Amino acid sequence: MLSRESSATLMSAITAFLYREARLQDEHQYEAWEKLWTDDGVYWVPANGADIDPERQMSIIYDNRSRIALRVRQLMTGKHFTQTPQSNLRRLISNIELMDEQPDNGDIAVASNSLIFESSLRDDMLWAARSEYRLRHVDGELRMASKKVILVNNDKAIYTLSFLV
Amino acid sequence: MNMMTGVSPWERLIRPDRVHGSLYTDPEIFEAELKNIWYRTWVYVGHESEVPNANDYVVKSIGPQSVIMTRDEQGKVNLLLNRCSHRGNQVCSFERGNARSFTCPFHSWTFANDGRLVGYAFPDGYEGQDKSQLALGRVTRVESYRGFVFGSFAADGPTLKEHLGGAAETIDRLVRTSPEGEVEITAGFLKHRVKANWKFILENECDGYHPAFVHTSIFGVADSMIGKLYGGTSTALTRDYGNGHTEIDLRPEFRKRDAPMSWFGTSEERLPDYTARMKTAYGDTAAREIMIDGTPHVMIFPNLFIAEIQMFVIQPLGVDDSVQHVTALQFKGAPDLNRRLRQQTMGSVGPAGFLLADDSEMYERCHRGVLARNPEWIFLGRGEKRQRQDELGFTVGHVTDEVPSRGIWAHYRKLMEAA
Repeated sequence: MLSRESSATLMSAITAFLYREARLQDEHQYEAWEKLWTDDGVYWVPANGADIDPERQMSIIYDNRSRIALRVRQLMTGKHFTQTPQSNLRRLISNIELMDEQPDNGDIAVASNSLIFESSLRDDMLWAARSEYRLRHVDGELRMASKKVILVNNDKAIYTLSFLV
Repeated sequence: MNMMTGVSPWERLIRPDRVHGSLYTDPEIFEAELKNIWYRTWVYVGHESEVPNANDYVVKSIGPQSVIMTRDEQGKVNLLLNRCSHRGNQVCSFERGNARSFTCPFHSWTFANDGRLVGYAFPDGYEGQDKSQLALGRVTRVESYRGFVFGSFAADGPTLKEHLGGAAETIDRLVRTSPEGEVEITAGFLKHRVKANWKFILENECDGYHPAFVHTSIFGVADSMIGKLYGGTSTALTRDYGNGHTEIDLRPEFRKRDAPMSWFGTSEERLPDYTARMKTAYGDTAAREIMIDGTPHVMIFPNLFIAEIQMFVIQPLGVDDSVQHVTALQFKGAPDLNRRLRQQTMGSVGPAGFLLADDSEMYERCHRGVLARNPEWIFLGRGEKRQRQDELGFTVGHVTDEVPSRGIWAHYRKLMEAA
């Protein structure tokens, strides 16, 4: 168990990390966002619930590290038309919780809720999600080893989701 | 019918090389399509492998209507309408499961999974009622082709085989990609909603003109061979099978490459298990041919699209509201191939897919665009002068030509005029 003081320090570092990630996503700073990932990062947005097996069932996003890079590169071309022009975005991150401070491999399990306002050519949209992270200290900085985004309405037909969620 | 001139309203809106923009945006035309197309012709509903066991069910749709596909205890596949015969409540509110019966939550009427009414609560008060007249509604005709289950609300009309016509052969071509000759739909669906008319999706599925432009962002950064198939110098073809079914036939390009599995951007060496099973199943020569030709790129009118590695089902909800249900095709007896199919499908389609997100953006922009009524028409004349008949008598053109759209609209007009 971490002491109360070190736990508070960790929590404040995690909160700062999540807020920064949110800002990079909202402001389409794709390269800076990509640098938040570890070399073995997994970016997962399941469909049809939270507990599907992504190795057997379709997910909205199930990117390994090289596919995360491809996603970023496509966005960077300026010709990914669903983000050309880019959506205007602002998201609120809240309910940040440390789920498991010291798991076996040293990763930190964190969860938060997010409410994302997207304004695009189509319309204004409100997205809501639960995000579950495994964060890891790499060279003294926090990085994402995994991020699972569970959209509240992921069992329904949803409009295009082409920004970084 | 216009009595003065003998010209049908549909002839005014649909010409051989152009169609009127209102066909995509007029709510009255959408209502007429539900009646004359969706509730009359053969519509794809689901795949037999989605209900493998007795009493399995899965909720599907025909247009806005909810349809329960069940396998009853006798093993028969039924298409039941999700509407209690008492007060109209939906009798099934889960997407899938295993149940011998469905009990309406409103007044507890209970229906067997073949649709029969088996009981109502407090049966005194129903003296003299004939339960057999109070069954769940059914899709009038149900037929399946190689596991693909279609329904038609019309009591009379062409058989499914007659409706599929020349396009049936594309499904034959698809299933032989499995060493056991069967497709399985087991990976779950992504449901991608668009604010656009369903016909923009229908036409886009076999539009070989757009990939070089709409998908330039992904072709530019991924190591993909798809882009080259759709260039100006490609030898690939578009084909109109009649009855609204259309195809992009990529086999000329794959045969030029003469490399098994190049259609999927891979090789025999990377799929040794699959390759061995195919050779055992079909013999070396036939297996090699199948693995060179690959799977079809075919749009079965009005809603089933097979796109080489994935299946799309188009669902219209309103004149400007549609859903594409998409999943990876899975081939029975091919686990190593299937894993790759799932991975590539997840990358390319669905709401966040590298390809489909941009296609969907185009449907939505087209829909907003055609609300402008000058010019009034959508021009579909590309390749009209150079199209020809193939050896089976189907119209074919260059992969970038609008042969498919013209074929779709000719059939559409026939269905709408027959009303």
